[in-house]
Amino acid sequence: MSNWIINQGLSAFILVVWMGINIFLFVYFYLFYDLGPQFEYTRELLGSALPWARAPAAVLNFNCMLILLPVCRNLLSLLRGSFICCGRTMRKQLDKNLTFHKLVAYMIALMTAVHTIAHLLNAEWYTNSFQGRYGPLATKLSMLGDSRELNTTYLNPVRSNSTTPTILVFTTIAGLTGVVITLALILMITSSMEVIRRSYFEVFWYTHHLFIVFFAGLVFHGAGRIVRSQQVTDPPHNNSLCENQLENWGETADCPVPQFAGGFPQTWMWVIGPMIIYLCERLLRFIRYMQPVSYRKIVIRPSKVLELQLVKPGFKMQVGQYVFLNCPAISQLEWHPFTMTSAPEEDFFSVHIRLVGDWTEKLIKMVENLPEGGQGPKMAVDGPFGTASEDVFDYEVSMLVGAGIGVTPFASILKSIWYKFKDSDPKLRTKKIYFYWLCRETYAFEWFADLLQVLEKDMEERGMRDFLTYKLYLTGWDQSHVNHAMVHFDKETDIITGLKQKTSYGRPNWDREFEQVQQENPSSVVGTFLCGPQALAKDLEKKCVKYSDVDPRKTKFYFNKENF
Amino acid sequence: MGKIEWAMWANEQSLAAGLIYATGGIVGVAGQFRGWQFAAFGIAAGVFVCLLEYPRSKRGKGTSVERTGQYCFTVCVNAFGPLTRNYYVRAFLHAALCVPGGFMLATVLGCVCLGIASLIYLSAAIHGEHWEPILPRTEPPKRVGDSIKEPPQNPPPRPPPELRRKKADKLETAAYDNPMSVTVNE
Repeated sequence: MSNWIINQGLSAFILVVWMGINIFLFVYFYLFYDLGPQFEYTRELLGSALPWARAPAAVLNFNCMLILLPVCRNLLSLLRGSFICCGRTMRKQLDKNLTFHKLVAYMIALMTAVHTIAHLLNAEWYTNSFQGRYGPLATKLSMLGDSRELNTTYLNPVRSNSTTPTILVFTTIAGLTGVVITLALILMITSSMEVIRRSYFEVFWYTHHLFIVFFAGLVFHGAGRIVRSQQVTDPPHNNSLCENQLENWGETADCPVPQFAGGFPQTWMWVIGPMIIYLCERLLRFIRYMQPVSYRKIVIRPSKVLELQLVKPGFKMQVGQYVFLNCPAISQLEWHPFTMTSAPEEDFFSVHIRLVGDWTEKLIKMVENLPEGGQGPKMAVDGPFGTASEDVFDYEVSMLVGAGIGVTPFASILKSIWYKFKDSDPKLRTKKIYFYWLCRETYAFEWFADLLQVLEKDMEERGMRDFLTYKLYLTGWDQSHVNHAMVHFDKETDIITGLKQKTSYGRPNWDREFEQVQQENPSSVVGTFLCGPQALAKDLEKKCVKYSDVDPRKTKFYFNKENF
Repeated sequence: MGKIEWAMWANEQSLAAGLIYATGGIVGVAGQFRGWQFAAFGIAAGVFVCLLEYPRSKRGKGTSVERTGQYCFTVCVNAFGPLTRNYYVRAFLHAALCVPGGFMLATVLGCVCLGIASLIYLSAAIHGEHWEPILPRTEPPKRVGDSIKEPPQNPPPRPPPELRRKKADKLETAAYDNPMSVTVNE
């Protein structure tokens, strides 16, 4: 239990606070509209459907404010930088920004459903009221016209016998904007389903821009001031007395005609701040898009991997960060994330791009047709954006696990370590690194094996063999591998990678690995970093919790996951 | 948008539309709204659309992810053959089903969503997609070949000659070659 607190405590706390605010808003505004005397006559027409519509509206205001913030990645990078004082756990929360965005989106969807259903009831009951189906008081209230000469203000937005609920909705600002933004929300949600997002990202990305329609409609949704409350008149209109004297309204001194006015629209006050912040975010991305980027070197690696070494003035990076690349010649609007494989100590930054889909395929083809030594196609770079890997040097002991393509950020980390050690950088708190490389096959990662070879040689020359312990696991082995290994077993270097460290076959036994790390580092804080599939993340997270001890004299494991 | 399979998005959209149609219908009937007959139709149509759309189609390229418990739905939907396999039919069906929803406020949202789903299915049909059931693959059990019953024709494979060590002084009397050293101290 205590281990769970260390690893998950702050996230759980934030969720509890968020949910608490939601519940508070819902209950507060429900009671405000259910008990407030200024809505007594409105409730006469609508019953409890009024508070059932207004309470989710308040929750929606709050969540629509929140939803834009987790996707401002530049803002988050800024926060990460300024949280250096506040500890790892705070910064780890920023890794979970997309999870929070989805959670807030689900809440918006749920509240929209409640709000819409309540308003369906409202529209129907307003119409029925006007047509006299709810008794004399309701009819009298509905008949109050909107006339300056007669000094009356209306309560019921339905003003004529021929208005049906459908007409009411489509001829009021609130109704029309409501339908439009709900439709936008539904389209956004269906195109964000995991199936669509993982396989057809463009559909998700372009449809998601309907949020512009959503927010525009949301801001104007209350402009019609259709929710009306009773105003204090002079002399005051005593509701409980005048309910039973409908004929005397406007005739006696006790019962002047009640006056109503619409509520001031408030949604814009909630969302204007985040909208401006998001606008700045997109502006920043655009400015970065316009900055010139030149190619220092272009290398085509084996197995269709493209290495680009780029130079951009004023560009500063940290280890394991990623950038978004945009190539206008391929697609004007697509930005694709790539982890940088160079170290901050170098005067350029590099990315290794593998042929995975349309965009990468076109890029590689374009580059293959370049003349020798020519500049590549115009490229725009946005970033760098922070990931958990920035924290890797803060831990005394680090366990780095790279699965498949996830090994890429660790190229940057290992190179940076190499540079820091050569320069004896005092910022390097790390004393020991365990690196686990899991891949099905080494196809497309020969460049990484090269890097490890160079590091291996260098570490040996400096007598630092203990600093970096790396283990390679080939999970896609078959009988031919076994035969090959058996035959060459006594060669000094590994047959697959050419490294001194032999490749193991199959998946690692994490219990054994964690035990080994625990034994070799009895009282350290160990940071575990993973870039790989979700299933592995769950596994490692469990092991971190299992092998951590609250006792400060014993080993503690913290789990960090990269996500894109 | 290179390898879009429109049907996948149309499927998500129509499933959501079915739910919204049915929910709007329930509200209309429960609240006894004017025009509740359209709401009742909305419930029926919404539920029907949900049942039809629940089983996901097999993707043209890549791995298909099933929805939980969709197997029985797959079998039912598959039983209708070309009626359910063809996306033109589905597009037309959804368009027809959505029209009555437009006559009543509670179901109007379901109507529009289903209409949009119908358009996306039309796009899928134009691109030549069709519905494929995801059925579990039954692999034939691995059969051991008959040759196992005969004695081996060839000697077992040996490592390449350079690893076979021959003791030079005992070459003539050696009964076999040691491919690897068999003594501990070597």
